[in-house]
Amino acid sequence: MSKILVGLKRVVDYNVRVRVKPDGTGVVTDGVKMSINPFDEIALEEALRIKEKGGATEVVVVSIGPADTQQQLRTGLAMGADRAILVQTDTPVEPLAAARIFLKLIEKESPQIVLLGKQGIDDDNNQTGQMLAALWDRPQATFASKVELEGAKAKVTREVDAGLETIEVDLPAVLTTDLRLNEPRYVKLPDIMKAKKKPLDTVAIASLGVDTAPQFKTTRYEPPAARSKGIMVKDVAELVAALKQKGLV
Amino acid sequence: MAAKILIVAEHAGGKLNPSTAKCVACASTIEGAQIDIAVFAADGAAVAAEAAKIQGVKTVLTIDNAANAEPLAAVLAPQVAAVAANYTHVFGPSTTFGKDLMPRVAALLGVGQLSDIMAAEGAYKFRRPVYAGNAIITVEAPQDKKLVATVRTASFQAAPQGGSAAVEAANVSASLPSHTRFVERSAATTGRPDLQTAPRVVSGGRALGSSDNFKIIFSLADKLGAAVGASRAAVDAGYAANDLQVGQTGKIIAPELYVAVGISGAIQHLTGIKDARTIVAINKDAEAPIFEVADIGLVGDLFTVLPELEKALG
Ligand SMILES: Cc1cc2nc3c(=O)[nH]c(=O)nc-3n(C[C@H](O)[C@H](O)[C@H](O)COP(=O)(O)OP(=O)(O)OC[C@H]3O[C@@H](n4cnc5c(N)ncnc54)[C@H](O)[C@@H]3O)c2cc1C
Ligand SMILES: Cc1cc2nc3c(=O)[nH]c(=O)nc-3n(C[C@H](O)[C@H](O)[C@H](O)COP(=O)(O)OP(=O)(O)OC[C@H]3O[C@@H](n4cnc5c(N)ncnc54)[C@H](O)[C@@H]3O)c2cc1C
Repeated sequence: MSKILVGLKRVVDYNVRVRVKPDGTGVVTDGVKMSINPFDEIALEEALRIKEKGGATEVVVVSIGPADTQQQLRTGLAMGADRAILVQTDTPVEPLAAARIFLKLIEKESPQIVLLGKQGIDDDNNQTGQMLAALWDRPQATFASKVELEGAKAKVTREVDAGLETIEVDLPAVLTTDLRLNEPRYVKLPDIMKAKKKPLDTVAIASLGVDTAPQFKTTRYEPPAARSKGIMVKDVAELVAALKQKGLV
Repeated sequence: MAAKILIVAEHAGGKLNPSTAKCVACASTIEGAQIDIAVFAADGAAVAAEAAKIQGVKTVLTIDNAANAEPLAAVLAPQVAAVAANYTHVFGPSTTFGKDLMPRVAALLGVGQLSDIMAAEGAYKFRRPVYAGNAIITVEAPQDKKLVATVRTASFQAAPQGGSAAVEAANVSASLPSHTRFVERSAATTGRPDLQTAPRVVSGGRALGSSDNFKIIFSLADKLGAAVGASRAAVDAGYAANDLQVGQTGKIIAPELYVAVGISGAIQHLTGIKDARTIVAINKDAEAPIFEVADIGLVGDLFTVLPELEKALG
């Protein structure tokens, strides 16, 4: 019975141009489209493929978030996950707290593999998987672009600055996904209907007995500094002249 | 209490990565900070000698161990956490090396991590980007906890040479796991400048249409002595290697000159080039968002513009 746990974070959709509130207290999220973090869709796709090839018997999707996060979990179930767990909270948790929560669930579920995204596209922290692996005292294979299972081991190719790196890890382990790992499947209508019948358990965050107190305080939000207006040139000669003027050629 | 900052050196092939001197630059903006560098390697002497020359560094610690031959986060993290005992802050670069390692260190120390520092406003107050750089937040960290952080390398110029730090071997006792093993690394040896540090970058997008066509990007880059980058669409389509992706989820760069060819300018791409000094955009669509950030824009077909440009550059 080998299980894969997949993190599905609810984030502002990648197509939304996020704006800072005029009073600097946050970003505008009212009425904004929310989606599954794209890296988590890739994580779920990978888990499903592993299961389809006989490498796992159950795929469980987990999210930490408000009640509305059920939408993203239902989408995950429609993609093919067997079961969902919502750890419900109205206050966002920092990555260390998210890792502690995942560890609690691991103690209960005993997965062989935990698949997370390399980063949430909202906070861009890129931390949770690594922190979880440390707390669990298990291997981490981050930024995965290829995963090959060989019995109780996984060979993982990772996207690193210098190119591609391959490491071998003993299972259980935490893997985090990069963009090129796979292309997630589309959800079909009948699957959405089927997903409604799949189990989705809601757990109150307080019932886990995990320290989720935030460590950091965000005191201000600002829009990024605007770049000064540029010029349009009409042909290559003008382009070269403009580059020369800036001392660039 | 003055800040005592430990910086984890990034290195490969016996050479220090410039990201380390950028971390020093960030740490140096914190008043009164004492800055040390730790070199974890199989034999760190050459790297340590280089690190000792960075201005502002007091001591370079070498932690030599055959297990440190390759930068495996699971192996390095317990050692970094052990050395960190004597420090108030632990910094690493926001490169794949630092992103992989530092959160593991933080969790071992039982603390959170601050990712991608773009400016320090004090020892416990920093600015960092969120939402693909569409918002910059000011974050305060508690003073009674160790602060683990990564430094957004594109936000800092490397600290200058000319220092003469002491080099000392440090003894670290930490039990190292054997559950993670290095297999291989395949680096595309292009002979071209490194994308992350090159002062000039030419990038190609989906418009190139094939890896064969992408050669004109390499050709212009060679003419300009520039590194080559690419949009995600170009990488996904297989026109360019994965490690050439520029953007939110690829490399964040700050060259003097960035030339975007056949790239529309999606927010995820723009966040990777916001700190470029001069952005040149070549695109056939006058409405492309890339022109909103370009310093010099040229509307035209890249397949005619690029050959002309190369010729004009002589
Ligand atoms: C310095 C700092 C300041 C913050 N300030 C604010 C703030 O002002 N306002 C605010 O609303 N929040 C704030 N937060 C919390 C934040 O919203 C996130 O919930 C948290 O930091 C996780 O960020 P991430 O997705 O970037 O993590 P990453 O480490 O990038 O996430 C990687 C992966 O971990 C998994 N994962 C992470 N979180 C979850 C989850 N909740 N459910 C399921 N899977 C998950 C996913 O697989 C994800 O792909 C702050 C956090 C920090 C560290
Ligand atoms: C989770 C996530 C992460 C992402 N991370 C990144 C990232 O890190 N980096 C990144 O780049 N993208 C990233 N993206 C993708 C991003 O949203 C865009 O899809 C991508 O940047 C588009 O690439 P492009 O500009 O090459 O292609 P397109 O948007 O298709 O643009 C092609 C452009 O070429 C122009 N063109 C066509 N033919 C010619 C011609 N003959 N001459 C001149 N111009 C021509 C067109 O007018 C058009 O503007 C991410 C997306 C997601 C969901």
